[in-house]
Amino acid sequence: MAPASTSNAIQVDDLTVAYDFKPVLWDIDLVIPEGVLMAIVGPNGAGKSTLIKSILGIIKPIAGSVKVFGRPYSEQVSKVAYVPQKGSVDWDFPTTALDVVMMGTYGSLGWIRRPGQKEKKRSLEALEKVGMLAFKNRQISQLSGGQQQRIFLARALVQDALIYLMDEPFQGVDATTERAIINILKELRKSGKTLIVVHHDLQTVPEYFDWVTFLNVKSIASGPVKDIFNDDNLTKTYGINYKVAVNK
Amino acid sequence: MTSAQIEIQLIASLVAIACALPGTFLVLRKMAMISDAISHSILPGIVLGFFITQDLNSPLLIVLAALTGVVTVMLVEFIQRTKLVKEDTAIGLVFPALFSIGVIMIAKNANDVHLDIDAVLLGELAFAPFDRLVAGGTDLGPKSLWVIGSILLISVSLLLLFFKELKLSTFDKGLAATLGFSPVILHYGLKTVSSVTIVGAFDAVGAVLVVALIIAPAASAYLLTDDLRKMLILSCCFGVFAAISGYWMANLLDASIAGSMSTMLGLLFLLVYLFAPNRGVISVLVRQRRQQLEVALLVFLLHLQNHEEPEERHVKHLQEHINWQKVQSERVLNLATNNNLIKITNGVIDLTGKGRQFTAEALNYITINKETAIEDLKEQFFLFRG
Repeated sequence: MAPASTSNAIQVDDLTVAYDFKPVLWDIDLVIPEGVLMAIVGPNGAGKSTLIKSILGIIKPIAGSVKVFGRPYSEQVSKVAYVPQKGSVDWDFPTTALDVVMMGTYGSLGWIRRPGQKEKKRSLEALEKVGMLAFKNRQISQLSGGQQQRIFLARALVQDALIYLMDEPFQGVDATTERAIINILKELRKSGKTLIVVHHDLQTVPEYFDWVTFLNVKSIASGPVKDIFNDDNLTKTYGINYKVAVNK
Repeated sequence: MTSAQIEIQLIASLVAIACALPGTFLVLRKMAMISDAISHSILPGIVLGFFITQDLNSPLLIVLAALTGVVTVMLVEFIQRTKLVKEDTAIGLVFPALFSIGVIMIAKNANDVHLDIDAVLLGELAFAPFDRLVAGGTDLGPKSLWVIGSILLISVSLLLLFFKELKLSTFDKGLAATLGFSPVILHYGLKTVSSVTIVGAFDAVGAVLVVALIIAPAASAYLLTDDLRKMLILSCCFGVFAAISGYWMANLLDASIAGSMSTMLGLLFLLVYLFAPNRGVISVLVRQRRQQLEVALLVFLLHLQNHEEPEERHVKHLQEHINWQKVQSERVLNLATNNNLIKITNGVIDLTGKGRQFTAEALNYITINKETAIEDLKEQFFLFRG
């Protein structure tokens, strides 16, 4: 087991998750350095979402531990923002885009305290950043898939976290939205944030990300894209010959 | 109006508000049917409490019944978690079992208690003014008014304190958990408040009809607003309206008050379901028809743009080649002519300048299929509708 280090954003040791008897993640060791923009790639059922949820403590592992800046997640809640899959919520819920973004401020408010002008202002700024200010009073079911994804991103932005965990933020969005989102992610990384993104489109990995983790129940490889994003690792992860990566 | 009549309406209104508040969250959480389970399965708790205290308005009875309610929720979730049966089946297994225990307990002791099955199922609001709270010789009003009043006060205070948390955990359980607002605590908190409310309302409206008071106002309000606060307020208003109008309907027909209240709620929902401005059945049908016409117009304009030859642009051609009914063709032609998109000379249709411009934009929308283009086009259509 590697020694706990505070310069790593996230350190996962011997993490094993199983649903009933079926292993979903098996003995994962993973170190994510601070300040990277990392893709988690792997086939369907590889446990990508489960890994994110285990880091956040939403799923309880049967073995292993997760450290966020060297401490358990429960002590670091305010440093981590989570963008769940779009399909994880009911978009017919009676609320507006602005209100959903404001939910990102609830963590810093704690129990009982209500969001005020300051929280509203920050939420409006986040909406502007994702280009959704014009839709602030729109009921959320009246937004397109890409717009809903941007709302989720804005909600994570107002959390003003150090680490962002995102579950397929590019799912079902058009090319313009994808570009807008990746630009924001790159900007966040420039300001020193750590971003961990479940990603499906292998073609765009070298262009979007600087760090990558290959996952298929076990952790296949993790490191800088330029060193490890190659056909060898892709083949190991996906089990068939892949000719996607740019080999040097 | 006699004071008893006023008291009954007041109790009914408070019961309706107390039910509408947790009901709104249960409906949004898609857990409406759990209220049916709770309302039945608290019976053994009520009966047990009644045997101990001999008082239908005793706080002990409420505590015991609320506990049975929470046990119901836990049992349902326990059975469901084994994954051997689905949630609705689990609900259907748990509440009849508990309810029947209560029924047997009443039947076994029917001689010495004044608690009968009819009252359990339908409530007995008409008798509520007779059971009065008397302290030091002063009449403080009906006991059930105090019971439901206290429950409502607690429920409103909790709602005001934890509105933000309830909203968040209802909308996005995952985010609530990661922000440190335990969804489990909120879930059981809501279930406990629901159980206590149902116990308080039980006396007035009974096990079957309390479900109507919980679900119908929230379901109606849901179709009318996009704002959770407004949905809560509207639910309460609907509840009170049904309580008072139901009371007078019962008076007029000499029927059960609880039955009349539920009937009013049913009618109210039907009206909203049909006539709600955006989500009502009628407005959805109107919208679909209009959209069909708009799409038909696009098809027609693009056809004109694609074909220079006059025979393809003849009025008759619409019916023969595009395979439209006469009515449809006329509606499309009228829409296009009225908006100055086409002109017809000797039965041959030509696009006007405006028509050409609009068609180009529409083509752009179809090929690019981008959100912004759709928004623009929708605005264009909006313009024509005037």
